[in-house]
Amino acid sequence: MLTALHQKKGLQLVLGLTAGLFFGFFLQKGGVTQYDVILGQLLLKDFTVVKIMLSAVITGMLGVHLMRSLKLIRLHPKPGSWATAVWGGIFFGIGFAVLGYCPGTIAGAVGNGFLDAAVGGLAGIVAGAGLFASIYGKIQKPVLSRGDFGEKTLSDLFHVNAWAVVLPAALILVLILVLLEKAGL
Amino acid sequence: MEWLQMEQWSPYIAGIGIGVLSWLTFFLSDKPLGCSTAFARTSGMISRVFRGKKTLENPYYRQFTPEIDWEWMLVLGIILGAFLSARLSGTFEWRWLPERWVAAFGDVIWVRAVTAFIGGVFMGFGSRWAGGCTSGHGISGTLQLSVSSWITVFFFFIGGIGAAMILFHGIGG
Repeated sequence: MLTALHQKKGLQLVLGLTAGLFFGFFLQKGGVTQYDVILGQLLLKDFTVVKIMLSAVITGMLGVHLMRSLKLIRLHPKPGSWATAVWGGIFFGIGFAVLGYCPGTIAGAVGNGFLDAAVGGLAGIVAGAGLFASIYGKIQKPVLSRGDFGEKTLSDLFHVNAWAVVLPAALILVLILVLLEKAGL
Repeated sequence: MEWLQMEQWSPYIAGIGIGVLSWLTFFLSDKPLGCSTAFARTSGMISRVFRGKKTLENPYYRQFTPEIDWEWMLVLGIILGAFLSARLSGTFEWRWLPERWVAAFGDVIWVRAVTAFIGGVFMGFGSRWAGGCTSGHGISGTLQLSVSSWITVFFFFIGGIGAAMILFHGIGG
């Protein structure tokens, strides 16, 4: 692992900015900086969002697990609980449909010149995040920790090697993409 | 270099690009791609202007210090990268109203701006409640096989599809 590089704070900020440049470029070229494309997905008329996400997940999953097997990187599995996943997911989903962008694609929409994102949406997301921060202390234990999964991965859950999940999962996701194309979506 | 000027790429090329980018961020920065904490940190920076040191007593801001970090720079980079891509293909435009919106809800700018703000509040609140967004959970969490991410992303789409159907087929239909 490049631990020395990871600790260089200033350089890491530059690397973050550079990664963002590429991320924004791919999002814009993929079409998902547009409200119309995102709502098209949620209305099940245009599957661009799912196609981009699944191909990123398949590619990322194979490479990241290969690098992990070679001890080049370590994983950072996300913690969570039933309470964060279900309620957070539903609040997020309502925002997804009403705003028409998500936290990454809204940044891309701003770069695209879209003023509903730049003026209304950005301020809303910051306000919503602030609202959450203001109640976090009160809800953390009684609400958010209900049905905790910890940082478990699917391979921990099934007590198998990561590759025993990665390879079948990649195959299933590829099949879903093939089926979407076959269905003309 | 014609492909840099193309208006849109195949979604698979864009997706594979994002996947390869995630290899590099793990390798070079020990970071998965994710965007929503940058907005939480920004809310903390604003709170600091008004409430000063009291902000840092908030347990959430103790966990997510209000400062410019790697992910904050990533979000800034997204703005620049999308701008560059849009300029190269000639699709950059200052625009208030998306087409699908106008077709369903009309062309009054303030109605769209207020709706975007309200949607944004749900998005900011929900992404922090869920502990991640479409990139943090939807791409980075799922590719690491996180149990919480697979379940969360399922509910992102349940909520999103449900709300979009009500908005467009109920209210705006």
